[in-house]
Amino acid sequence: MESLEQLHGRLLTRFPGAEIVVVNNPAPSAQHSLLVPRDVARELAFFLRDDPALALDYCSNVTGVDWPEKEIIETTKSTVPDPAGGAPKVVETKTKRIQPGYFEVVYHLFSIALKHGPVIVRVRTGNRTDDVTVPSFTPIWRSGEFQEREVYDLFGVTFSGHPDLRRILMWDEFKDHPMRKDYVEPDDYEWEPTPHGVVLEKARQHYPPAVVAPAETPPPAAKP
Amino acid sequence: MSTLPPDSSPAISQAERDELRRQGILLTSMEELYNWGRSHSVWPLQFGLACCAIEMIAASMARFDIARFGSEVFRPSPRQADLLIVSGTVTKKMTPQVVRLWNQMPEPKYCIAMGACAISGGPFKQGYNVLKGIDRFLPVDIYIPGCPPRPEALLHGLMQLQEKIRGQKLTGPDAPRHLQADTTCDFPVPEFGEHDLLPPKNTEVWQPPVIVRKE
Amino acid sequence: MSASDPSTLFPPLAAPGSNVRAVHDPFHGDLLEVSMGPHHPSTHGVFRMVVTLDGERIVKLKPVFGYLHRNHEKIGENTTYLGSMPYTDRLDYMCSMTNNWAYALAVEKLAGQPVPERAEYLRIILAELTRLLNHTCLAGFLLQDTGASGTPLMYAFREREKILDLFESLSGSRMMCNYQRFGGCRVDASPQWLEAARRVAANYSEFLDEYETLITGNEILMARTQGVGKLSPELAVSAGVTGPMLRATGVNYDLRKVDGYGLYPRFEFRVPLGDHGDTYDRYMIRVLEMRESIKILQQAFRDLPGGPIMDPKSKLRGFRPKAGESYGRIEGPKGEIGFYLISDGSPNPYRYRVRAPSFVNLTILEDMCLGQTVADAVIILGSVDIVLGEVDR
Repeated sequence: MESLEQLHGRLLTRFPGAEIVVVNNPAPSAQHSLLVPRDVARELAFFLRDDPALALDYCSNVTGVDWPEKEIIETTKSTVPDPAGGAPKVVETKTKRIQPGYFEVVYHLFSIALKHGPVIVRVRTGNRTDDVTVPSFTPIWRSGEFQEREVYDLFGVTFSGHPDLRRILMWDEFKDHPMRKDYVEPDDYEWEPTPHGVVLEKARQHYPPAVVAPAETPPPAAKP
Repeated sequence: MSTLPPDSSPAISQAERDELRRQGILLTSMEELYNWGRSHSVWPLQFGLACCAIEMIAASMARFDIARFGSEVFRPSPRQADLLIVSGTVTKKMTPQVVRLWNQMPEPKYCIAMGACAISGGPFKQGYNVLKGIDRFLPVDIYIPGCPPRPEALLHGLMQLQEKIRGQKLTGPDAPRHLQADTTCDFPVPEFGEHDLLPPKNTEVWQPPVIVRKE
Repeated sequence: MSASDPSTLFPPLAAPGSNVRAVHDPFHGDLLEVSMGPHHPSTHGVFRMVVTLDGERIVKLKPVFGYLHRNHEKIGENTTYLGSMPYTDRLDYMCSMTNNWAYALAVEKLAGQPVPERAEYLRIILAELTRLLNHTCLAGFLLQDTGASGTPLMYAFREREKILDLFESLSGSRMMCNYQRFGGCRVDASPQWLEAARRVAANYSEFLDEYETLITGNEILMARTQGVGKLSPELAVSAGVTGPMLRATGVNYDLRKVDGYGLYPRFEFRVPLGDHGDTYDRYMIRVLEMRESIKILQQAFRDLPGGPIMDPKSKLRGFRPKAGESYGRIEGPKGEIGFYLISDGSPNPYRYRVRAPSFVNLTILEDMCLGQTVADAVIILGSVDIVLGEVDR
């Protein structure tokens, strides 16, 4: 199979003007992926499936990933000339910027006909609040039907063009999207037999406080 | 039926009973007879949720053979079953179904919580969809720890249940649920809320010990 | 199947505009909607099928699951890499050794960890024993679904107990073995264990002969399963179906040959393929695969080398792989089981995703069941071989 760089070059000639980027994977597995913008994603998927050299007819895995917004502090060093006439000083200025968060849907594509793969395609949403729609790949690979529904259920990413987008693992009346990094689970920690760490903090909220006797008599020892 | 229940105060001792039996005379009480019949033919409901269900099936197969203990058939219908073995993780999505099945079982009925997940949520306790123990909604009689418990552990739990049934009184305040006129045998079924079940627990059934905060 | 026409990929909706409930069809009149499950004797766990019937024929079938959703992926994000290994046992709870291997493979790819040869051979031995166990149980459960209530299942569980005894003496637990580690295996196999395992593998062909004499040529089984639940190869490939279900349609795709993970390229075995893609083919493929597994086991016992079972440089405590991601997959007994891990350099994974074969194989359940009777739907579901622990995670 051709390498990812060759594939990248072919895609750029086929879809001129589209920002298709190779995302490098620093781990020893060396599975680099292609970041694809939302507007050409559907056509690109058809191309990947129907191209005779690639024949990626098997979409193995559809994953949703939550990247919350990050505060990035950048330090820039600049030299400032000394007004008193001495050596120029090196001044560090720190700039804070907020990198916006997004959801990412990662597709692992293999070819059963030509027995090669994987080709990994990533599609990102605009942000995590209102711009959470990506095109669905289910019309191209039927295996996306349940897996994209799961990403919708657990992350909240809507797939336009999906034939049946509704919750799959949680009940229909459920309102949250549990796999998001900022999900707060319901508080049912009333009875924890051996709590420690985080669970102890959550359980402690439910314990009633010890009764302290008035100041004349020494306070009784609080019973555990 | 060969030994008397532990807290009975008979007018006749065990040795005299054995002597009579050797002569061909069986002496028993109504309570003992009734409980003997019930405890030796407990029919479970064919209800497996997760991994513990496979060990429950293994317990009913030829090697461990739960049929020796009276649980000859696993009934598919709750209307014909006596015992609900909750084997596996009870998720919040499944809880209304479990409680509904429990309500459909006729009295007298018993519940065994098999496996760590049914007792308290198990290894999946820290979860948004996992109910931390079926005893939040149902009155559990026997708890069998393990993940999964061996089929022998299930058999031991069943034997403990049989002992418990044999010790039940027919009259008085300690009588089981189905012999008391004023208790209800219908447990409320929770509903799906927006973030959790409504209600998240049944306070009449589940009273955990209260731990006082040490400041 | 044309490239740009999605309607060929999906079954026709009985009533337009409705995705789940179709209660009145203009040609058939009133239809009956039945909810099979989640508590049902034959649904292999807490699985629910909302079936719309026209008499006895299925017009629409929508699977509903999530009744065993135990938020395994969320727990994976809050646990260390090694701490997630016991949770992988509980995914496909019949085959814990192969789940462990798939996860260990993904982490070894992520960290670039080599595995010594003896450990690879042991992994292959345990994976093939697991395949034998799983296919035997499937044969038992499928026959129970057809109505042979109990007897084939008793025979299947009798053999399963022999393999479970082997697992218990090696790893300490019958089902939840927690045996593989990143860089090898946890405990070495003693010569007595290897001798016992060799004997189990040698006697297995006799059990298979006994089983097949009773079952494979059985008229009732053939009448009930041949021609039922046909699946075309194009639809199977597009729907991401893997494992024996895909090979029953005639597509030659076995990860042991394609990816060649572990030391499988050294072993000589065939990949059985089916012709029709119906339930009988799916059952027969599994029986044939069991015979191939016995061949692999015999070769593995013959060639097992000595040496360490754990890479000496592997680090279990304080394991922090570098940032990056990896996708590792193996041919489990039910299909392709894969783990997708994103690491950000901390001891817990950033994203931990399980690609479960049963979940993806259920995509075409409706297609296979349309036009069949309700009783056939039960058998078709049995032949898909699902385990709810995997489907819901």
